[in-house]
Amino acid sequence: MSSFMNWLDARFPASKMWKEHLSEYYAPKNFNFWYFFGSLALLVLVLQIVTGIFLTMNYKPDAELAFASVEYIMRDVEWGWLIRYLHSTGASAFFVVVYLHMFRGLIYGSYKQPRELVWIFGMLIYLTLMAEAFMGYLLPWGQMSYWGAQVIISLFGAIPVVGEQLALWIRGDFVVADATLNRFFAFHVIALPLVLLGLVVAHIIALHEVGSNNPDGVEIKKNKDASGKPVDGIPFHPYYTVKDIVGVVVFLFIFALVLFYAPEGGGWFLEKDNFIPADPLKTPEHIVPLWYFTPFYAILRAVPDKLMGVLAMGGAIVFLFLLPWLDRSPVKSIRYRGPYFKIALVLFIISFLALGYLGTQPATAIYTMAARVFSVIYFAFFIFMPIYTKLDKDKPVPERVTFQ
Amino acid sequence: MSQSIDTGKRRFLTAAASVVGGAGAAAVAVPFVSSMLPSAKAEAAGAPVEVDISKLETGQLLTVEWRGKPVWIFRRSQEVLANLETLDESLRDPNSQVASQQPEYCQNDTRSIRDELMVLVGICTHLGCSPTYRPDLAPADLGEDWKGGFFCPCHGSRFDLAGRVFQGVPAPINLQVPPYHFQGDNLVVVGEDAQGAA
Amino acid sequence: MRSLVIACFFALFTTQALAASGGVHLDHVEVDITDQASLQRGAQTFVNYCLSCHEASFMRYNRMAKDLGLTEDQVKENLMFASDKIGDTMTVAMRPEDAQKWFGVTPPDLSVIARARGTDWLYTYLRTFYLDESRPMGTNNMAFKDVGMPHVLWEQQGYLAKDEATGELVQAREGELSQHEYNKMTHDLVNFLAYISEPSKLERMALAKWVLLYLIIFFLVAYPLKKAFWKDVH
Repeated sequence: MSSFMNWLDARFPASKMWKEHLSEYYAPKNFNFWYFFGSLALLVLVLQIVTGIFLTMNYKPDAELAFASVEYIMRDVEWGWLIRYLHSTGASAFFVVVYLHMFRGLIYGSYKQPRELVWIFGMLIYLTLMAEAFMGYLLPWGQMSYWGAQVIISLFGAIPVVGEQLALWIRGDFVVADATLNRFFAFHVIALPLVLLGLVVAHIIALHEVGSNNPDGVEIKKNKDASGKPVDGIPFHPYYTVKDIVGVVVFLFIFALVLFYAPEGGGWFLEKDNFIPADPLKTPEHIVPLWYFTPFYAILRAVPDKLMGVLAMGGAIVFLFLLPWLDRSPVKSIRYRGPYFKIALVLFIISFLALGYLGTQPATAIYTMAARVFSVIYFAFFIFMPIYTKLDKDKPVPERVTFQ
Repeated sequence: MSQSIDTGKRRFLTAAASVVGGAGAAAVAVPFVSSMLPSAKAEAAGAPVEVDISKLETGQLLTVEWRGKPVWIFRRSQEVLANLETLDESLRDPNSQVASQQPEYCQNDTRSIRDELMVLVGICTHLGCSPTYRPDLAPADLGEDWKGGFFCPCHGSRFDLAGRVFQGVPAPINLQVPPYHFQGDNLVVVGEDAQGAA
Repeated sequence: MRSLVIACFFALFTTQALAASGGVHLDHVEVDITDQASLQRGAQTFVNYCLSCHEASFMRYNRMAKDLGLTEDQVKENLMFASDKIGDTMTVAMRPEDAQKWFGVTPPDLSVIARARGTDWLYTYLRTFYLDESRPMGTNNMAFKDVGMPHVLWEQQGYLAKDEATGELVQAREGELSQHEYNKMTHDLVNFLAYISEPSKLERMALAKWVLLYLIIFFLVAYPLKKAFWKDVH
């Protein structure tokens, strides 16, 4: 075995990579619950790719055949129902995991110097994932697929001068049609997964270059022992591999509960209207985007101007990208932050969840008003961040991580 | 790090987790692998085919589709049947020894249930082309010993009118006789044995 | 903070999407797709009354035979009028143009109707046809206003009429069945529609507990494993 490894290592850095990224990658020993979601996101990515490959074997990207081919998978293909539900439930699980992962970054300041690029790559993954999910949702070619795509693509029409042409170009037809389905399929199964994989690799390489943050926001590289190992670090393998296995099992348990007992997710993961084949002549009464888009959808609707609405929606995401530079606090972790940031963060989370809820509801006057209030809070969190983080009464950060 | 590490316990638990995890991974592979088997739709399309042979004349060949493959049904004359025996010397497997190539009830001299009526899967046993029906005697291209049979245009394999392969051609074994049975005088059911199983 | 996030997620998750009902009160029906006797009765009703206009073009007869506990011959003799091969799907011969002409609309495929409409809606729909002279077929429906479909089960249910004062439906003409019997008949039919909308649910439910059991066993190994390794981290 060792002679084989010698042979291999002389030609390919297998042992070197194993050491760099696992057995000698020193991670802070004080990771908590919130640190499970990175490895879980990777797990779900693999799940989506594998199930996606097998779905592609039976799915037909053709407006005449798509809807029936999904039912074909659900009925005629052996175990097709399981593979399809793994993929559809996996899509929602992906966003649950990614949102929790991002929230972790937010509370522990993981986006702050020197991890700006880790955050940027992460945001790009999030953005790609949204495109991936959006395009994937067209493929079943149900009513919700169809009209959801119609609405979202029409957003591009709001861009001055070139907007209408751009929307036409994206659709490849005057409405969402066979051409749209076919190209979305190409993006969904080839282009975006490739981008996603590349970004994930970049995200991990950047992370391992600077080292992981932790719930105390203390740089463990500042305290090294005689051999040059961080005193508060432990090798990722075996410590975090065995810990993440526990996380994976617990996650899979919850995932299996949803998959087996509520694959429709109460209408949130698989919508009722999507069991009606796409009909370009008849819009469903109530179009709701997928649950993971609803906060942004609510912001879009809150603005009473088409172009400004689209800009606000885009801005809501752009601000997230800028986070590393908006935050002026010397402290990373919420544990040592002052009250201003804590209050701002609580308001932000409430707004985000509230917008998420409002995005699922019909746009009544009162709801629209509420959406406006929460949108303002959402943006205020970012716009005033340089001020309140600078003025904040931060607590002293300990030298070493806290671990009991 | 302390010295109180119980390596025995670690090793045992690592082994146990590997076994449980490995079993899980193997179980997960099952649905994915079996999803590539023929679907219910393919099974339905591969259901037995009923063919009316009342109008099939001697020497005439009828091609039907069963499981997406061509199946030939043709009537042989007494002369053709008599010729079959004379070919034994030049065939690879004159007595249909290869069990996979015909149901048991067709492992006989004529490779058929009723002597005159032949049923064959029209797929060459070499590389899957469909041979052509050449009932003519001693044509210029096939030589003067040709007593009627099938000729595969892809790689030149030759079969007699019982689907038996000649020596010296690429095809290794006889053409396949599918399971079939008769319902009354004029109805052949291709794809199903008399007792019901496919 | 952790529990708050989880609580919010599940609150969102368990909220039923009510959008489809359109504000009409729906009668609840308990669906049990493992009740083979009910499914068999429902199948009988379905092939006799629905399958002449509606298809269930994703549903295969042989699968139905297996899941309903019938032999293929039983299905061929009692339930297959529209087709002759057991591997066929439940399609009908009516051409879409004709349907368009007779009903003003092509009757929808019923394969996944229970997932699109919900079983409560179907149960309510099937029981709330009422006399309305303004409609071409002479009937209207409480759950589906101005529906093109006539009251196919009128012989069984009789006819209901709408009391203009209260808006309630009252029996205008007796049918062959009592109200209780008719409810049972429609219950079986809805049960059958729920079954054909997702036949694989039977497999799903059967598999679920084994997967969960496996994960529990895995946890019982994985957690001590983690403990054993983390013992020396101080």
